[in-house]
Parts: sequence; C-alpha cells; structure tokens
Amino acid sequence: MPPPEVLSQAFELGFTYTRSTGPVVGRFLTELRDRKIVGIQGSDGRVIVPPMEYDPVTAEELSEFVEVGQQGEIVSFAWVKEPRDAHPFDQPFAWAMIKLDGADVAMIHCVSAAAESDITTGARVQAVWAEQTVGFITDIRCFELV
Amino acid sequence: MKKIAIVAYNQSDCVSWAGATNEVELIMPVLRRVFDQVGLNNAQDVDFVCSGSCDYLQGAAFAFVAGVDALGAVPPIKESHVEMDAAWALYESILKIRMGHADSALIYGFGKSSPGELPIVLSQQLDPYYLAPQWVDSISLAAMQARLMLDQGLITERDMADVVARSRGNAKTNPHAQLSGDVSVEELLAQETYVSPLRKSDCPPVSDGASAVIICTVEKAREWGVPYAIISGIDHRIESHNLAMRDLTDSVSTRKAAEAAGVGAGSIDVAELYAPFSHQEIILTRTLGLTDKTLVNPSGGVLAGNLMMASGLSRIGEVFNRIASGEAQRGVAHATSGPCLQHNLVTVLESA
Repeated sequence: MPPPEVLSQAFELGFTYTRSTGPVVGRFLTELRDRKIVGIQGSDGRVIVPPMEYDPVTAEELSEFVEVGQQGEIVSFAWVKEPRDAHPFDQPFAWAMIKLDGADVAMIHCVSAAAESDITTGARVQAVWAEQTVGFITDIRCFELV
Repeated sequence: MKKIAIVAYNQSDCVSWAGATNEVELIMPVLRRVFDQVGLNNAQDVDFVCSGSCDYLQGAAFAFVAGVDALGAVPPIKESHVEMDAAWALYESILKIRMGHADSALIYGFGKSSPGELPIVLSQQLDPYYLAPQWVDSISLAAMQARLMLDQGLITERDMADVVARSRGNAKTNPHAQLSGDVSVEELLAQETYVSPLRKSDCPPVSDGASAVIICTVEKAREWGVPYAIISGIDHRIESHNLAMRDLTDSVSTRKAAEAAGVGAGSIDVAELYAPFSHQEIILTRTLGLTDKTLVNPSGGVLAGNLMMASGLSRIGEVFNRIASGEAQRGVAHATSGPCLQHNLVTVLESA
C-alpha cells in the first residue's frame, strides 16, 4: 500500500513588533556593536556586567556606566560534552561565569576550548568578536583561553 | 485568620513519554481520584479552582486554557491559573479562602515535557537580552552552581551521589516514581560526567504527568469528614534574575520563606524538597537547618520523577499523605521555580 499523502505547510512564527531595549540594556548592546563591553555601578559601587537597570538589593535606578576589559577570569563553568542543536558550538565547549577585568560581577557566556582538561576555574579568557556585530549579546562570539 | 487544611492529594505516574495522551487526559484521572477521596462529584462541588502549567512546554500561547476541559466547567465555575508550578496555584487558593471568597479549592498542575527539549525550552525563561539568546540550558546553569560548591569545598561529588542513591532507594516505595532501585554511591561515581561536573544521575529525569490537591477551611474538612492536615504556614520569596548577583551556594530566598512560614517553630518529622539537581538538595537541607531527625524526600523527590509545573504541588501532597496516615506530625514542603533555585515556596503542614 502506498504511504498516505500527508498535507503539510511551512509555518514561521513571527512577531510584527519592535521592542526597545531602553537606556541601559540598549547602551550595552550598542557598545557591543562597537566592540566594547560596558557595565554599570550598583548601589554599593560594584560594577555589574552586563549592566542591570535596577539594583537587585536596593531597587535603585542605575545609570553610572563603566567600560570594562575584554579579558577576565573564569569563576565557574560547565563542560558540555554533547552540544545541543541550539548551542553555539557543534564541538564540546563550556558555559562559564566570567568576571571581566574591572567588573565585580561575572557574566555568563560560552568558552571555546579544545578539551575539558584545558579549562579550569580561575583560567584567563579573552572575548572573541563575531565577524559582524549587530548589537546582540552574541556579538561576543565566545571567549577563548588566553 | 481561617485555618486551612489539605484534604486530598493524588499524582499520576511519572512517565518519560506519555505518547499520544494529551494534557487533559493526564489531568482527568488525578482529578477523579481527589474528588473520590473527599466524596465530591466534580469541580462544581468546590468553590474555586486554580491550576499551574507552562505554555512553553506545549509551545502555544494560552495552551493552559485547554486544561479547563478536564474540569467540566459548565455551569460556569470560578477558575484561575498561574504560569508557575501549581504550588503557587495552591498559594493563590489560600489567599482566596483567607479573603473569604471561597471555603474550598481544587488545585492541579500538569506538564507534558517530553515533546520538546526541556533544558532548551527552559533557557527561554531566562533574561531575554543577555541569556535567552544564548540558549543557555538549565542543566549547564545547575552544573556551574555545583562547581562553585565543589570548588569552595562545600560539597563533594560523593555527597551528591549520596543524595541520588538515597533518592532512588526511597523511590522504591513510591509507585509513581520513574527512577528507583538500589544503586551504590560507588556505582554512581563510576559513571562518566554528563555536563561536567554533573553526572546524568545528578539531573532530574524528563517526566510527563499531573497532580492535584484539594484544600478547604477546617470547618469544611470536618463537615466532609475526611482526614486532613493543617497548613500552618506558607511563604514564597524570589531572588534576582541575574544569576551572578546571587550567592548560588546558598538559598537566601528559601531561608526567608522558611522564616516567614514558621518552619523553626517546631520539630520537622518529614521534608519534601523540590531539588531538581542533587547538589540543590544539600543547599536546601542546610538552608532549612534539617538534621537527621527529619526524613528528607521519602518519596524519592524529583530526582526520581520531575513533573514540570506539578512537582512543587506534589511535594506538599507527599507531606500531607504522611501526616494524614499518622507517620508524621509536622512537615515541611518546598517548591522551586527558575534556574538554580531562583524562586522558592515553603509550606508547613501539621496534624490536626
């Protein structure tokens, strides 16, 4: 018996609106497009990267931007042996909490490394930029071990 | 303030794949069983109904509305929903009763996680600008949390394996568990890592299913003439969405919720903790100050079966079961939501 004909149609989920990222997130993303990384000072003076709009403890509106380094230190990491389709690498890689030079709070991003044994807590890493930067968090393609 | 009691609880089996069974078909049997426990006909016999589920699991906006088909909502009923674990639906129901708008409530939670890739689906609950576009999965976030604890000497991999071995062992007496059996710490430690430093056994299974609870005023429970446990305290607290601004080795929000719920006001015979990852059970046990005198996760907890959006409600139900059967006098149930124990709800239950 021939297989039954299955009716199918392509479907693309889309949203017909633009969302403004505002003065804090927008500033960070725009700086990324220019290949710079900025954080913001929290109520206690700590530099938070990526910047937050409000201090999570005092709820104070934050506005003091600070440019931070493009190198930093791994605070913690997860080694992904079998990357998922949505992940940024086809090869094993790490997700890491990275405290950039000049920052007091770590940011989460991916780290490219050849093997799990190459990466440790405290290892130094450097941001690698995407070929084209557009103002997304993924403008930082990944971090690489220094 | 009105005293509120739990009078019924039921949970479906945790299964890795419910196949063609849809959400309504997952919910209906557990509703029937809680109605039967109290002697009710259907949802018309309670004053309020509240459910917990996540549209992202079904991949469609307002998917939760279909769950109402399980109720038979004609003639109209008073009904609400939280896009959260149903433990928070129970919280809303308590508020409804305390306000005097209801004397009884049915709460149910359901989740069919198997059709999607759950750790990736959960990545979309994160910060929409900094994290969600990176598709950072829930297991990797938990792995970073575990490494922080390992690096600081707060736990060992053996401690984590201990949690898993006890979970699987306890789950042998839980007919609804997905993973159960005797497994030694050595066997677990011999397994290779999955998302290092986590092994697969440190992570919860993906499960499909539902659970339901009925609560009411103590007066109503007496009128119905069924065994009940009193909800003597409930509170929930949340931490920042910025994971790096939190102390991931501790659970500040659980501690605050526990204080507000009155956990410390008496001994704790049993605790059911929603710890999706083995190291998180250790965080919670320490935060709540539990000692050897407390039986922790006698059901096996969620490492033995993790019904997204229902497991938190089930923790409350499991403690209720042990109090209603006379095994325990006083117990604590914990529910969590968000990455790395971001949002926590603590409930204290006591015998009547």
